[in-house]
Amino acid sequence: MSKIKGVITWASGPVVKAKGMLGVKMHELVEVGDERLIGEVIRIEGDMAIIQVYEYTTGIRPGERVYATGRPLSVMLGPGLIGNIYDGIQRPLEVIARKVGPFFRRGVRADPLPFHKKWHFKPLVKAGVKVEAGDIICEVQETGLITHRIMIPPNVRGTLKEMVPEGEYTVLDTIAVVEHEGTEIEVKMYQEWPVRIPRPFIKRLEPTEPLITGTRVIDTFFPMAKGGTAAVPGGFGTGKTVLLHQIASWSDARVVIYIGCGERGNEMTEVLIKFPELKDPYSGRPLMERTILIANTSNMPVIAREASIYTGVTLAEYYRDMGYDVLVVADSTSRWAEAIREIAGRLEEMPAEEGYPSYLPSRLAEFYERAGRVLALGNPERTGSLTIIGAVSPPGGDFTEPVTTHTLRFVRVFWGLDTELAYSRHYPAINWITSYSAYVDTIEEWWDRNVNRAWRAYRDEAMRILARENELKEHVRLLGPEALPEKEKLVMLTARILREGFLQQDAFDEIDTYCSVEKQFKLLKTIIDFHREAERLIERGVPFHRIRELKIIERLMRIKEEIPNDQTYKIEGFREEVINQLRATFEGVRTVGV
Amino acid sequence: MESKLGLMEYATVREIRGPLVIIENTRNIGYEELVEVIGPEGESRLGRVIEAAEEYAVVQVFEGTTGLSISDTRVRAVGRTLEVPVSIEMLGRVFDGVGNPIDGLPAPIPEDFWDVNGAPINPYMRDYPTDFIQTGLSVIDGMNTLVRGQKLPIFSGSGLPHNLMAAQIARQARILGKEEEFAVILAAIGVKHDEAVFFKQSLEATGAFKRSALFLNLAEDPVIERIVTPRIALTLAEYLAFEHDMHVLVILTDMTNYCEALRELSAAREEVPSRKGYPGYMYTDLASIYERAGRIRGKRGSITQMPILTMPGDDMTHPIPDLTGYITEGQIVLSRELYRKGIYPPVDVLKSLSRLMKDGIGKGRTRGDHADVARQLYAAYARAREVRSLATIIGEASLSPIDRKYLEFGDLFEEKFLRQGEYEERDIFETLDLAWGILSTLPEEELTRIHREYIEKYYQRKEEKVE
Ligand SMILES: Nc1ncnc2c1ncn2[C@@H]1O[C@H](COP(=O)(O)OP(=O)(O)O)[C@@H](O)[C@H]1O
Ligand SMILES: [Mg+2]
Repeated sequence: MSKIKGVITWASGPVVKAKGMLGVKMHELVEVGDERLIGEVIRIEGDMAIIQVYEYTTGIRPGERVYATGRPLSVMLGPGLIGNIYDGIQRPLEVIARKVGPFFRRGVRADPLPFHKKWHFKPLVKAGVKVEAGDIICEVQETGLITHRIMIPPNVRGTLKEMVPEGEYTVLDTIAVVEHEGTEIEVKMYQEWPVRIPRPFIKRLEPTEPLITGTRVIDTFFPMAKGGTAAVPGGFGTGKTVLLHQIASWSDARVVIYIGCGERGNEMTEVLIKFPELKDPYSGRPLMERTILIANTSNMPVIAREASIYTGVTLAEYYRDMGYDVLVVADSTSRWAEAIREIAGRLEEMPAEEGYPSYLPSRLAEFYERAGRVLALGNPERTGSLTIIGAVSPPGGDFTEPVTTHTLRFVRVFWGLDTELAYSRHYPAINWITSYSAYVDTIEEWWDRNVNRAWRAYRDEAMRILARENELKEHVRLLGPEALPEKEKLVMLTARILREGFLQQDAFDEIDTYCSVEKQFKLLKTIIDFHREAERLIERGVPFHRIRELKIIERLMRIKEEIPNDQTYKIEGFREEVINQLRATFEGVRTVGV
Repeated sequence: MESKLGLMEYATVREIRGPLVIIENTRNIGYEELVEVIGPEGESRLGRVIEAAEEYAVVQVFEGTTGLSISDTRVRAVGRTLEVPVSIEMLGRVFDGVGNPIDGLPAPIPEDFWDVNGAPINPYMRDYPTDFIQTGLSVIDGMNTLVRGQKLPIFSGSGLPHNLMAAQIARQARILGKEEEFAVILAAIGVKHDEAVFFKQSLEATGAFKRSALFLNLAEDPVIERIVTPRIALTLAEYLAFEHDMHVLVILTDMTNYCEALRELSAAREEVPSRKGYPGYMYTDLASIYERAGRIRGKRGSITQMPILTMPGDDMTHPIPDLTGYITEGQIVLSRELYRKGIYPPVDVLKSLSRLMKDGIGKGRTRGDHADVARQLYAAYARAREVRSLATIIGEASLSPIDRKYLEFGDLFEEKFLRQGEYEERDIFETLDLAWGILSTLPEEELTRIHREYIEKYYQRKEEKVE
């Protein structure tokens, strides 16, 4: 603790001012008042420090003291993070509940990592070797899914003078000593890192692999890449949270960090209850073994919302540095932006747009910039990725507001949620006309190699049919559906099948909640092959109504919920049946001739 | 000056501005602390410190500043935040907007004093709400199911029958197969006198009044008081739910008046406004009310909230419904068009939503087909509405035969399923059977949202229907 001690002169909401703070640093952590609430210096004017407080300030009086700590707001990184639920400044909510019961109280402290837990530790290097930042020196099995790789902290290098043998240790035990130019540094299983500063790496690499989410409209039409960035804007009730829950559950990331920023308490509870029960589709282990939750719900202190985003991303970078594919989902980035606005307002800063300060865009850019696929520091050589998906909650569902418009400048994937689709219960309500992904070309090769070479052609054809339907809708509105030429009636029909049988995916359906890439491709192929064959038949004189009357069309729309992921060969059989039934409509047409 | 109780008293009022009083030369007054403001006649009003500085404090006076003067006003610091008396005896009683009894009976003996602001529930300690509440209204039970511990608002418009609906729900709400202790708490915020009387009589009519507490801030009562009325109601609710294991339904009406009070206060503080003049922190402020609904692990009681708000200009994108919808677990939206058609309850189902429905329904809770039926009703009614607008352009005659079926479905849905009497109580099985009746007017192949097994079980094929 530093010696600087000030005195509160003013308090209102989450902001206090204190004098006598000469020497305190910008963004230094301070303890505020008799209850020693956690705060951060956000402006310095002479000997006056302006402090944002991460807890409710009720009862704070001018005259109470402020203590500087000499450190910036940091997180503690080490084994024990996975499976935990933290608040915005890394206090474990379970420990807090044990200390003070179901309701929060101010000034509660709790260790971010379990300090007394013994971890089985396996050294990977021997004393005597030279080590540098990022080198993996040992492993700890953190959960059934995650091997925690203990790394030399970013600012340490030298000769490994001592290394403890295999055994059981706590995170506080010294496990190695590094000597550099005569000074000795003790290395432990944990390290600390200031949340506002990105962790270093060697270089950025292009994302090449898709992040498979198991949601068809995403993987097939608007794919995400590992190391990429995406925004999901949508008015309330359009399905942001359900979509993020789905992605956090089923994506093929190795570590998932779920940040609940200024949203509902029950939504965090839902994750807490369900994730230990749900199984990771790739390993069969409970999802909680790869997940960290950060919860700063709407009724918790506003300022911690602002910190929660940085806390989450820093934890993610740490696992990225170990060489994992990490996913951060943030629900909702708008609440974070509003917290920034609230502080700016209290500081009487000049507002730019809708009360937001002029630095809103640069804050958003900095946040999304922390995503990426990288070559990590240290040995052995490894790559890791950090994918960021942020929900945006535009007021009135209006996408022209500042948080949405600026976010879209900095992300490469846009899943626009549509109120009208949500009203008619088309979920996920991702609008297929306005959404986009800049990664389609990047990840095409992956689909070629791993699923099917025809993937891109089928995908593009489906997109064309949906786009055409959109154009034809205007016609239909004026002239009625019966006025369309036969072939366009077919476009309308196939588009409907695509919407109901492919795009729509009920998150709560036992079978359809997660759709493997094989199943996605086979469903798509079945629908598009239906379309191609039907088109050929119409050209050869089959009247459209004969096709429309086929009973199998209804099945085309529900096959997704009937055939599970491990029986996709059945879709192939079904496809044959579809084609055969279609061909049967040609009976009797032959004589008419073309 | 120090009072007998050792409390500091100041006669140093510098400024009176709107609902705010600024006092000078203060010491030891904390942020958010309670103060008593004593007017020229010696009458005392409650206030809260919203800015605490070395040399001054800004106080927000709940009962308003009318009649206060700089020279004759004194302010007494109480040394704690606003706490209210709570007791089980508050059931069956009527209070004003700050918790004083106004039914002519003596004040109930407090069992405890609780902070009106409550304390946020640790999300780790929440219990996920899953108990189905049967309201007896088909549109809610069938399509927007309410569960215990949910916060489900009614988005209404001026003149629409939201009060009738809320009263009907308060009367009819029950848990299938269980008799448990329940209570109803009403916070009337800036409502007209006859609305308050309506609620009281409606509760009395069913004998539920003795299990109810009413907090009334009426239209003519001080505006700033509205900031505390819902909080006082919720504090009592928390006490009853988490100390006395009761299932409490809290009706907050009208939250639009609450938000307007918040805006007025913000304007008086000369804060940078956000949309439509409402403060930027309104989301957070509303969350500090709505998030007080829920269940807690290890406790038996629950708080279910039904806030009512009137959408200014029937506009759902207005900040009041918008921010509410971002916090609550769904919304029941009323439609002026249906109201004009004479349909009660005039619920616009497409815009309505219950986010907690999925875990409250299904086998063992309601019935296995419930989720599918709801999905299908939504999809079919959405299609019917589309066809309806298409028909107005191209004429009914140019519709395809299947579209005509949907048109018919839309009318049946509104007339048979939605429409219901104010005293008509349908159990969930009646509601689902009713739904199958109208869904069966559509060809079987259209019911793509329903699993085959349920179609086999419940779809009424033509031949059967004739009988
Ligand atoms: N993929 C989906 N499948 C089924 N229902 C969904 C899906 N997405 C959204 N919903 C429905 O929409 C409701 C609102 O979704 P939610 O994600 O909470 O919206 P938002 O976060 O945008 O306000 C959910 O409670 C659920 O009923
Ligand atoms: Mg949400």
